[in-house]
Amino acid sequence: MIAIAKRSSGGARKAARIVFQAALVIVVAAVFYGAFVNAADHLARANISSGFRFWNNTAGFDISQTLIAYSSSTSTFGRAFWVGLLNTLLVAALGIVLATMLGFTIGIARLSRNWLVARLAGGYVGLIRNVPLLLQLLFWYNAVLKTLPELRQSLMLPGGGLLNNRGLFLPAPLFKPGFGGVVAALLVGLVASYVLHLWARHRQERTGAQPRTGWWMLGLICGLPLVAFALAGFPLSFSVPQLGRFNVAGGLEVLPEFAALLLALSVYTAAFIAEVVRAGILAVAPGQTEAAQALGLRGGLTLRLIVIPQAMRVIVPPLTSQYLNLIKNSSLAVAIGYPDLVQVFAGSVLNITGQAVEVIAITMAVYLVISLVTSLLMNLYGRTTALVER
Amino acid sequence: MKRAATALAFVTLLACGAQAAESPTLKAVKARGELICGANGQLAGFGMPDPQGNWTGFDVDFCRAIAAAIFNDATKVKFVPLTATNRFTALQSGEVDVLARNTTWTMSRNTTLGIDFAAVNYYDGQGFMVHKDLKVSSALELNGAAVCVQQGTTTELNLADYFRSHNMTLKTVTFATVDEAAKAYDTGRCDAFTTDSSGLYGVRLQLNKPDDNIVLPEIISKEPLSPSVRQGDDMWENVVRWTHHAMLDAEEFGITKSNVDQQLKSANPEIRRLLGVEGQFGQSIGLTIDWAYRIIKLVGNYGEVFDRNVGQGSPLKIARGLNALWTKGGLQYGLPVR
Repeated sequence: MIAIAKRSSGGARKAARIVFQAALVIVVAAVFYGAFVNAADHLARANISSGFRFWNNTAGFDISQTLIAYSSSTSTFGRAFWVGLLNTLLVAALGIVLATMLGFTIGIARLSRNWLVARLAGGYVGLIRNVPLLLQLLFWYNAVLKTLPELRQSLMLPGGGLLNNRGLFLPAPLFKPGFGGVVAALLVGLVASYVLHLWARHRQERTGAQPRTGWWMLGLICGLPLVAFALAGFPLSFSVPQLGRFNVAGGLEVLPEFAALLLALSVYTAAFIAEVVRAGILAVAPGQTEAAQALGLRGGLTLRLIVIPQAMRVIVPPLTSQYLNLIKNSSLAVAIGYPDLVQVFAGSVLNITGQAVEVIAITMAVYLVISLVTSLLMNLYGRTTALVER
Repeated sequence: MKRAATALAFVTLLACGAQAAESPTLKAVKARGELICGANGQLAGFGMPDPQGNWTGFDVDFCRAIAAAIFNDATKVKFVPLTATNRFTALQSGEVDVLARNTTWTMSRNTTLGIDFAAVNYYDGQGFMVHKDLKVSSALELNGAAVCVQQGTTTELNLADYFRSHNMTLKTVTFATVDEAAKAYDTGRCDAFTTDSSGLYGVRLQLNKPDDNIVLPEIISKEPLSPSVRQGDDMWENVVRWTHHAMLDAEEFGITKSNVDQQLKSANPEIRRLLGVEGQFGQSIGLTIDWAYRIIKLVGNYGEVFDRNVGQGSPLKIARGLNALWTKGGLQYGLPVR
């Protein structure tokens, strides 16, 4: 029937295509609708409660790391969801930053002319890529826990911190009213140094002279806030962690579970990013490097100014995939007890309310949204590195 | 002619109706030839496979009793290890026929999950275990402590409630399984470990230095542990419920695994009804009339099962306490078979 439609005139062909596509959409929608109605019917018949009323019920359980206010007696399951989500986003964001830094370093090191550096980087990639992430996570968790001292023998860090196997306890900053001015000064400093950077680039393009902006930028970013800090009367004090009878009271706590998860995710994803970076660099025509050397540019400058900007075109799409992998792999936090979204929501909340279908659907939707937003942002960045065809 | 046909249809319907009063779960179990039982897999004394792969435990023996009643063979059971997170989903979806996994009977579980609890086979309560060198003698001294707990259980909720009602702060460290929580407690990650007090003794045995840990005296909650089944299958629920009561009645009447054959000749009408010498009570739950005899002969009465798994005949040595028979001051009350 399709063959007949092709031989006919353009209008009929187009109509046939539309009809087939519309029919397919209707069939797929009917399948999904049928599945949904079927599930709802089965749940009702089995007397399993459904719906989203549980969102506003009191949670009743404690969470060990909360970036927003949360109390076991008054907070709802919805609040617990947000706590878990923020924990996931925190470890994912830091993981992406660390993995990128480490991955780029290893990837470039693998192409180094130094035989030892290249082989070490190659060994790193070969080992880390081929061991399952869960095993690496358990290794880091046990390595982190076993090597840290017990509570009674905590390591005292300079500045008032404590390190033991319950976590890293740092003095927590307590902001007094004048601190807003310091933050404003920091923002002004950042904007000013960016403007300075643009001016320096403009000057270089016009006259060829490279004005030295490094120290000026440092002064703006650090000095302005310091001045504001002094003017506001030092609006900052610290809550120093103290060893209590059982635990450490006060201070900012970094859980060992968080550290282990961050390390495992970063190290693992960095191995994959290293290979992506290596592929990107190798994809840049060798003529570019030769031309740069003919112009007298040294190795580091060639890499930074000529090769990497062109390699980014090839690096960005697989890099996006690695970022998405890292975000989804963070759900392995369940294995070590870090309270991320899966552990808090699809673990505790699911078990207490018993509503598996709703909870898992929400969790999947959240991961889908996070991944879509990440890939959207990366695609936008990728467009800035794309080749502009004349 | 028409009247004869109507009468014939009526009789056929009645006959079908009589047959249709069979439980779908029981029918499926008989057709399959074995019972599928959801068990713990990691709790010493309640449900754990030994190094050779044979399952032993208090809840395990309960499932074996059901299998003995149905098949006259206590080995026709398949055990599925379930975590606290997936135990209810496994039961709801039909993956297991009965869930005997030290699960507390609570209102929300009874009303919102579509499951029914058959009978409380173990009256338990939540307790704490602490390192001995902390020199703590009561749970009320645990202000500010870090406590390791398994996530998704009533334990997690009771812990928060207890500390809040006594104006104490705590740091919860949650893990997916009791094993991981116990291991973290052992390495010193937490000051205290909490779970049902029956589990505390079992977990203590598996720690590095069991004697360096003490169980605190406070019982902070009621944990009536009960096997559960899906709602909607009343006859199957009765099979599970009356298995428990048969074992209680047997202990009350003094029937044990070794003397059950002699007890068949007893003149006591209660014993005769229980063992099926008189009456046909087994048939009303889809089993044979010697269903209780099979349970006691192949598995034992409640006291024997308790003793060999968690009592004096086991490494845990838990006292009968609330689980003693009502005649001895406990809460276990066997309902009459009549």
